[in-house]
Amino acid sequence: MKTKHIQNLGFLCLFLCMAATLFFLGLIIYFITSRGMRVISWEFLTQVPRMSMTQGGVAPAIVGTLYLVLGAILFALPLGLACAIYLCEYSPKGFVVNIIRISINNLAGVPSVVFGLFGLAVFVKFFHFGVSILSGSLTLGILVLPLIISSAQEALIAVPQSIREASFSLGATRWGTIKNIVLPNALPGILTGVILSIGRVAGETAPILFTAAAFYIRGYPKSVFSEVMALPYHIYALMTEGTHRDEQTAIAYGCSLILLFLVLFVSGLAIYIRQKQRSQHV
Amino acid sequence: MFKQVKMEAKGINFFYGKAQALKHISLEIPKNQVTAIIGPSGCGKSTFIRLLNRMNELMPNTALTGKILLDEADILDPSIDAVAIRRRIGMVFQKPNPFPKSIFDNIAYGLRVNGIKDKDFIREKVETSLKKAAIWEEVKDRLHESALKLSGGQQQRLCIARCLAVETEVILFDEPCASLDPISTSKIEELIMELKKNYTIVIVTHNMQQAARVSDYTAFFLLGELIEFGKTQDIFTAPKDRRTEAYITGRFG
Repeated sequence: MKTKHIQNLGFLCLFLCMAATLFFLGLIIYFITSRGMRVISWEFLTQVPRMSMTQGGVAPAIVGTLYLVLGAILFALPLGLACAIYLCEYSPKGFVVNIIRISINNLAGVPSVVFGLFGLAVFVKFFHFGVSILSGSLTLGILVLPLIISSAQEALIAVPQSIREASFSLGATRWGTIKNIVLPNALPGILTGVILSIGRVAGETAPILFTAAAFYIRGYPKSVFSEVMALPYHIYALMTEGTHRDEQTAIAYGCSLILLFLVLFVSGLAIYIRQKQRSQHV
Repeated sequence: MFKQVKMEAKGINFFYGKAQALKHISLEIPKNQVTAIIGPSGCGKSTFIRLLNRMNELMPNTALTGKILLDEADILDPSIDAVAIRRRIGMVFQKPNPFPKSIFDNIAYGLRVNGIKDKDFIREKVETSLKKAAIWEEVKDRLHESALKLSGGQQQRLCIARCLAVETEVILFDEPCASLDPISTSKIEELIMELKKNYTIVIVTHNMQQAARVSDYTAFFLLGELIEFGKTQDIFTAPKDRRTEAYITGRFG
């Protein structure tokens, strides 16, 4: 009887921890939604800001964030995937590969503001890309590279050795096997990495602080060399600059809500694609 | 010893790291016959059969010396591409390993990776291969369903059909019935005996009855050495080595 009580007590503790986590998640969603909803309107989503940010909408910041996310993924996905394929499928296993792996994991631990400074020094100054979508995308891309590499590696390793062997035994080359067997089977896992990366990129402020973001630009960016407004930076700027505190705070909550939904929407889409892919041949 | 030799191993030594898994193996594999390799677990029989189509190269930290001849040409010669060898020497594995693709695409895969694009040819080849592997009647109405929906025995016959589609000359079976029920097993065995008319077959098995039923020649491996090789009938009725006798009479294994 006594052990059963202790066990129940244990379960209760676990349940309470889980409930607390859910509680905080719920609280975040509740606060952001209740405060953000006040300013959300069709105009807010589609108009450019007016009257020193207190009127109009935040459409350029939404568009800017989408551009930055797109740019970062376009840069980091091919590079990271190629890197993961090389490490898993081609490189001789051993000491050197372990060092590379540890280095990549360390890269993931570098604080994001350091990436921001790096981007400023390398892309903005050295390559003369200026403060632009290009510089910001590249900086964000490097930031999520470790995430994409490690999730792609896990996905590649999870492909059963037996079907690789089957492919080789039929006279397929190494690349043929990777292209036709390994990659299609690893795709759901790779997509998971992309989902996580999108969430990360969309919300990062520090890396774009010096490399891409502007508090206000007139209209929409014209090319990859334009400065750009972005939701996370916009929130930061609204809360730290300007003189209309109350209006600005309300707009900041509106932006947070949009950012939250943007990330949830993209994640949802990717999860849907992944599930579809997974159920295709099982 | 026999009319025509298809493959021949000459003085094979094989190492996993520093551990020697095969010791000076020399063995002739006759054309259009079934050669069985028997022996207790860990005797090196699976290791040996994987050398015959250079699948060992996929494993790191291994070393190999000796020669393996296919039609008198050394397939271990570094100038010879392993990919080209595997097109001539197919393999059926211990656990059925169909690709997570449709039945049709499983068979077509080997043709496609070998550069064949002609759709009519592929369709015809898929059908004849499935017929040869005695599975056509069971799958002809659902060629575009996932191969993973088939039963274990059907999957294994599909894997054999996949091998036949690329027109290999030799088929290596690595304990093909280890995970199958008796009925599926007997179907595979019938198929093996049918296939030897056109193919040279090597089968690794830990099931001595199976070796006795399907093979013409039997090789007995023990602790990485080839102990005895000869006509299956002789090995099972009048073994020359007492270790062979001890194994086939079930005194160890």
